[in-house]
Amino acid sequence: MTAGTSVADALADAHRREWAFVLAATVRVAGDLDVAEECAQEAYVDALQAWSRSGIPDRPGAWLTTAARRRAIDRVRREVTLRRKLPLLIEPVEVDALGGPLATADCPDADGVRAVPDDRLRLIFTCCHPALNRAARIALTLRLVCGVPTPDVARAFLATEATMAARITRAKKKIAQARIPYRAPSAAELPERLASVLSTVHLLFSTGHTAPTGEQLVRENLCDRALDLARTLVTLLPGESETKGLLGLLLLTDARRSTRLDDAGRLVLLEDQDRSVWDQLRIMEGLRYTVEALTRPRPGRFALQAAIAGAHVVAPTFEATDWPRVVHLYDLLLEQEPSPVVALNRAAAVAFRSGPAAGLAELDLLAADPRLAGYPYLPAARADLLRRLGRPDEAARAYADAIELTTNAAELEFLRRRLAESAPGATG
Amino acid sequence: MTQYMILIYENEAAYESASPELWTSMLDAHNAFAKAVGDLGGTILGGNALQPTPTATSVRSGDVTDGPFVETKEALGGYYLIEARDLDHALQIAKLCPAPNGGVELRPIMDTSGDAGA
Repeated sequence: MTAGTSVADALADAHRREWAFVLAATVRVAGDLDVAEECAQEAYVDALQAWSRSGIPDRPGAWLTTAARRRAIDRVRREVTLRRKLPLLIEPVEVDALGGPLATADCPDADGVRAVPDDRLRLIFTCCHPALNRAARIALTLRLVCGVPTPDVARAFLATEATMAARITRAKKKIAQARIPYRAPSAAELPERLASVLSTVHLLFSTGHTAPTGEQLVRENLCDRALDLARTLVTLLPGESETKGLLGLLLLTDARRSTRLDDAGRLVLLEDQDRSVWDQLRIMEGLRYTVEALTRPRPGRFALQAAIAGAHVVAPTFEATDWPRVVHLYDLLLEQEPSPVVALNRAAAVAFRSGPAAGLAELDLLAADPRLAGYPYLPAARADLLRRLGRPDEAARAYADAIELTTNAAELEFLRRRLAESAPGATG
Repeated sequence: MTQYMILIYENEAAYESASPELWTSMLDAHNAFAKAVGDLGGTILGGNALQPTPTATSVRSGDVTDGPFVETKEALGGYYLIEARDLDHALQIAKLCPAPNGGVELRPIMDTSGDAGA
């Protein structure tokens, strides 16, 4: 800590970097998520006073963990007779039996002996348990792993505070009543459980990344939280290539963050973005993780998506993109993840490789898929190809269809602009 | 250990004209399941197959009607009451439960012996 660092800054920093450590270690003492959360919060409050009085400790995380655990022990002693009948299921021994993929590395970002690294994994895997619904997983991860206050979680997902609080309470209740154990999964369970964690982090990032109607800062904060989580997962599970794939994908996507909207807040397409201002440090780091993720025999879905993002960021211009490679990567991705959304993206890449007519033919094949009904990017992609083919009337109809289905303000503005260009006089 | 109910939901049509061989193979599958639960360290406390929904009678506020409480494509056709360490253990068991024409729902049993369940 430098002499100039104020206590408030140090606390904010410790909250951002250490919250998951502090809470995860405290849960094991408290045996209850709510109690642990309260104790961790109280430790941060205690820190404000103690650090102002006696200075910022060398290892703020260790200080906070000790304080929170001490409070938890006091509570458990005091409330031993009052304790709920359904404490969190804690099995302190099972890590020993894990071996293999979960034999974790020491945390390079840990500035000392604090919580065992596994504690954070327990917390993350519990919050992202597949027995919880997707919305609950994201809310719990933000609230418990990232320490984001409930009102902020609510704002990020355009929900009311009461709705979000109820969602979090319901999820915690299910963890206790259905007996979701507070532990990292065994090697046999790991693939399914890790997929659930990674898709939660990815969804968190996507929510932040999709251009917002307002609350720009809240949304950008989500991207940063997702990046932090992805980094943590790479640190804690260094043997899992998909964690690297996810981090690579997020870094490569995030490198273009500043060019996605223009100064007026309007959406800028990849082909029109100013490549000279993309974050080169993020790109280099993202490419490094992507290459590592691709080295295994059958790359996973995040590694492949990262490779696609990589193909875009290394191209000096949009026209110079290696489209045959992008299409090939989408083919591989379709094998891993046979979703119509992936097929739609592949069709767009085909259009740039073999011309808009070829892309349109692919899109027409997809249009019959009921899973894409109501998906705004299908008519939007159609509209774009029709525009390129010089069929403005059909393009205008497709833009109008896309506008019907779009709720995002920046995307709506973009589509209306395109509609006006293709059919002067028409309105969205 | 916690108790869970495994509720087996299946499409009944698949069993309407089932051959004796199919019934034998289903019986074998359930016997194999029972053995597997023991091997996994779980316990089966009870379980039964139910007669199909045309035999069901529902009572709602005293009114008696023919048929199941809720008409669904996949109907409750049987259950197991098991004991498992936690949800992960119970899920491991539930994944092995035979339900070729549907699936199973897992529900923790409420502990009503004390002040729990709140």
